[in-house]
Amino acid sequence: MKLRILQFTVLAVLIMLWHVSTKPGLLPNFYFEQDNRAAFFFGEPVKVFWVIVDWFTSFEIFPHLGVTLLETMLGFVIGSVGGLGIGLWLALSNTASAVMEPYIKGFNSMPRVVLAPIFAVWFGLGIWSKVALGVTLVFFVVFFNVYQGVREVSPTLLANARMLGASRGQLLRSIYLPSAMSWVFASLHNAVGLAFVGAVVGEYLGSSQGVGYLILQAEGTFDINTVFAGIIVLTAFALVLDAVVGMVERRLMTWQPRASETEKV
Amino acid sequence: MTSTAPALAFDDVTCRFAGRDGGPAYTAVANATLTVGVGEFVSVVGPTGCGKSTLLNVAAGLLAPSSGTISAFGEKLVAADGVNRRAGYMFQADALMPWRTGIDNVIAGLDFRGVPRSEARQRGEEWLRRVGLAGFGDRYPHQMSGGMRKRLALAQTLILSPDILLMDEPFSALDVQTRQLMENELLALWAEDRKSVLFITHDLEEAIALSDRVIVLSAGPGTRPIGDFRIDLPRPRDVSEIRMTPAFLDLHRVIWAAMKEEVLKAYQAQKAA
Repeated sequence: MKLRILQFTVLAVLIMLWHVSTKPGLLPNFYFEQDNRAAFFFGEPVKVFWVIVDWFTSFEIFPHLGVTLLETMLGFVIGSVGGLGIGLWLALSNTASAVMEPYIKGFNSMPRVVLAPIFAVWFGLGIWSKVALGVTLVFFVVFFNVYQGVREVSPTLLANARMLGASRGQLLRSIYLPSAMSWVFASLHNAVGLAFVGAVVGEYLGSSQGVGYLILQAEGTFDINTVFAGIIVLTAFALVLDAVVGMVERRLMTWQPRASETEKV
Repeated sequence: MTSTAPALAFDDVTCRFAGRDGGPAYTAVANATLTVGVGEFVSVVGPTGCGKSTLLNVAAGLLAPSSGTISAFGEKLVAADGVNRRAGYMFQADALMPWRTGIDNVIAGLDFRGVPRSEARQRGEEWLRRVGLAGFGDRYPHQMSGGMRKRLALAQTLILSPDILLMDEPFSALDVQTRQLMENELLALWAEDRKSVLFITHDLEEAIALSDRVIVLSAGPGTRPIGDFRIDLPRPRDVSEIRMTPAFLDLHRVIWAAMKEEVLKAYQAQKAA
């Protein structure tokens, strides 16, 4: 509880600083020559707040937010399922992983955001070009974690399961998958963020809907308050998605020991 | 397959491992021949790092020998056919699945065999009771002590009623008191149906207290059996009491004399390395 109060205090102080240093006429100018310049470049928190309120009360934001969230979710789900599947496959097949290794490395080191224009050509300006970008970003994070997770399965655990009569499929289900899961969840937190990046960058480069589109439009008219409003809304929803992943993680990973866990009597 | 065939027969088994980075190959086990009779409790003792676990992995079918054969109840084990289906293996290290609760760990083997869940759970509860863990079934392994985890592993292995039990220093990580309790429990469980046991340990006292026969291995590399001693102490035994009897001490003296030189050899080799 005390922690929460401190956390909100930090937020409040930051917003206050932002407010007093951008409000025209509140402080003497110390950098810009004119009163309203700071507000022009950095926006004003009060105005940003009203833009957000206006968006939600007029329902104007919802179709855009819906599109961005849909792109994010699709990119996230397709990318992580793909990463999980291919990660498992390559980790379990030595030949396949040896053959694919240089390509995986190549694709991973490529700055994949440059693919966005190509995806726009391939999939059009609708949601799928953004989803594709999100998938390429999410896939590798999940892939590498699954691969690592499977490779680090305890050999004793495997031998034990084999002695207990587990078939190959059963080994996969009861040893490899659960053992890779903690690695997967660690990567999913990053993956959510990257799926958002894919969606918004995609919208930036060409779209007619989405929060990224709103931001781009506002930028075109030097409406810095709206840009900040868009950024804040995106951040808030990224936090929400991250919290959802965290909740799922806690449900599925009840078996993990927590540091200094004592039982309540 | 005849009923008189031994539970486990190593015939001239050699295990060589490729050296690291193209170094010379390491021969862990050389020309080992030994048998475990049906219903017999056999312990294998030897200095540390002498390839005891290698021998056990070969018996389990987890490791194919470089040369020689290994048969279980008259049937030759072939690596391509997978593990030794008639064996249960208790590992030295913790081998419980941390993501399964106690009961789910115990019934894992039944699960893999497709036994219906309700029946499996019933048998699992029964086994939890037999190893003294009744009521702990819903705990995860990390919530249990080392001794409890060993009992759980024992139940996990024994629930499948393997014809031969392979044990790799299963109690070496336990404190002395817990260890003697576990040894007595193992003997009690073993006495119920007299399955064959191949028990690996570096502790000679443990070996004598538990077994019908103690086999001494030479120091590595190229480990092979160099001594075979029959332990004719009366059963049932109490492992903490039997250690004080004159018969036990005599056996200990005789076997230790055979083992001592090998232990020193292994020690010298390790110091030189």
